[in-house]
Amino acid sequence: MEKYSIEGTPKTPSISFDLESGVLEVKGRSIPENSIEFYKPLVDALDKYASSAKPVTTVNVQLEYFNTSSSKCILDVFKKLEGINKGGSAVTINWHYEEDDEDMLEAGEDYQAIINVPFKMIMINE
Amino acid sequence: MDIYDIYDKMERNNILLSFKGEITSELLTSILQIMENKMDNLQEEPKMKKKVYNVLVECLQNLYHHMDEVAEKEENEKARSAIFTIGKTGEKYNIITGNYILNENISGLKRRLDEVNSLDKEQLKEYYKKVLNNGEMSLKGGGGLGMIDIARKTGEKLEYNFLEIDNKVSFFTLNIKVSNQQN
Repeated sequence: MEKYSIEGTPKTPSISFDLESGVLEVKGRSIPENSIEFYKPLVDALDKYASSAKPVTTVNVQLEYFNTSSSKCILDVFKKLEGINKGGSAVTINWHYEEDDEDMLEAGEDYQAIINVPFKMIMINE
Repeated sequence: MDIYDIYDKMERNNILLSFKGEITSELLTSILQIMENKMDNLQEEPKMKKKVYNVLVECLQNLYHHMDEVAEKEENEKARSAIFTIGKTGEKYNIITGNYILNENISGLKRRLDEVNSLDKEQLKEYYKKVLNNGEMSLKGGGGLGMIDIARKTGEKLEYNFLEIDNKVSFFTLNIKVSNQQN
């Protein structure tokens, strides 16, 4: 498996994880009723990647909405990344938020406070 | 049943949308789509639109996740039904939900709601991070994060009520206001 990708839906984000380049992208909305089911394949993919991680791992998160059920799963994903970062791959999480979306910026800062991985807060213009 | 009476009450309370019945995943997808279109038509600011949308997702998914609890225990199909209304008065959105709850679960829920209502903005942020990081992930929802998130995003206290129906169940009402003034 060199690339793991899924299409976005009105309730779930698109995910693209290129294991060759070490780039993971999560984009769109994450408001499924059952988030565990949705995020499990990504958590599993990160587990596999951890054993052969690239020297640099870049994570781009650009969410428009996410529900509290997803917030726990996103934390699980970030915890995997924390492990990968400790394991020797330099991980950066780029947290994107829209200019007027203070709630999304704050959500990113919440994760930044919990997860020991460098975060970059990136403002995007609508 | 006087349908005009219902219409009149809804009109006077500026109801944009209301629903009574079983809450399914497909229903929520449709409702959220309808509300997005309505807010676009009302030319709502993107910031306000996002806030209302986020809070609505939490309120409605709460109903969805708790739908089965009473129905299963009481083997009462009626209990699978819930109600919600979404209204707008002035610049304020008002989301009201109502669903059955087992009497034995009231004190636990009440304690959590009162806990959330006792906290200010900074405390809510800390509490959210604590529950996010340490809380048990329930198979159904975010394990108690929903109410904290609603309180954080609205900047308002959670208004609630329990109406006792019989010795087994009560009707739980949650009244949420969303306005642009906060945060």
